Amino acid sequence: MIRLRTRRSPLAGDAVALDARGGISTGASPASGLLRAFMFMVAMLMFAGAAHAQAIEPMPFANHAQELRFQHLTRQLRCPMCQNETLADSNAPIARDLRNQIFKLMREGKSDEEIKQYLVARYSDYILYDPPLKPGTLLLWFGPPLILLGGAGVVLVAIRKRKRDGMQATTVGDNADNGEEW
Amino acid sequence: MNRLLPFIGFMLLMGLFGFGIWWNTRNDPNAIPTPLLNKPAPAFNLPKLYEPTQMVSKADLLGQPYLLNVFASWCIECGVEHPVLEAAAPSLGVKLVGYNYKDAPADAKGWLAAHGNPYALLIADESGRTAIDFGVYGAPESFLIDAKGVIRYKHIGPITPDVLATKLKPAIAAMLKEAP
Repeated sequence: MIRLRTRRSPLAGDAVALDARGGISTGASPASGLLRAFMFMVAMLMFAGAAHAQAIEPMPFANHAQELRFQHLTRQLRCPMCQNETLADSNAPIARDLRNQIFKLMREGKSDEEIKQYLVARYSDYILYDPPLKPGTLLLWFGPPLILLGGAGVVLVAIRKRKRDGMQATTVGDNADNGEEW
Repeated sequence: MNRLLPFIGFMLLMGLFGFGIWWNTRNDPNAIPTPLLNKPAPAFNLPKLYEPTQMVSKADLLGQPYLLNVFASWCIECGVEHPVLEAAAPSLGVKLVGYNYKDAPADAKGWLAAHGNPYALLIADESGRTAIDFGVYGAPESFLIDAKGVIRYKHIGPITPDVLATKLKPAIAAMLKEAP
């Protein structure tokens, strides 16, 4: 939508004209600077749109339900090459190959769980965004709550200490430079 | 003691971050450990790069250990690795098998003509389908496979002189010592 509208906008023609006259001279008016910035943003948007369109190539889905299942499954899987992207989003060659393979397995009648096992057997748990609970991932699962509990413990001890010392009424400002409290 | 606590906490954090930096310079944080280590290599049946009508299967390569080196002409880091492999190939102690990954055969042949060909055997996986079974997700990657067809070591990324000396050669030596 954005692409179509901006491309037809009269502003686009103006900007080209301005560019043609002013070239890349530094003496351009503030208005042309703004226009350029605007055109740059538009160009970036167009580029982003194009890149996105490329990442999701059409698959010969049998029906809409199959397409939804495929989208749901690939969104739970991590691209092994660019590890901050899902298999659904990534445009890396390996992500494309794995999407094709997943689609092939789906057509062969494999369940989501079987497809995940297929990938884990080749690429380890890294391929899953939701790691399974097992000895190797205990720290991953329970580390954050443990740190939270530890922090709560520290706060509790500090509060108790203040109460015992009768210092609960003092503020940081009053006490900032006595060097005893932190 | 209380006055020192923040400083001690700070030093602990410094130590943790320092360890993180040290660890990441020695280990590739993006490398995915292969679940196939010490397991039989997947079966494959791929054409030779130079004689595409001849197929090479896993069974054909059983009986002697080999280093399966996944490379491609489009892969920049393969160019970094290539001189190291060329220098090391004669004294490696195992056969060097090239696995041309997702490459046009003409491009691969041109690349080998330009950079040299250290491989005793070259197989081509143009679609990348078999590479999925190996858990390959990029190039270069290298698999050390023993005479029984078991994957003994995997390296992800280019084989640098450092990797060759500290990881690959010891892995080859350990394997040959066990089953000469």
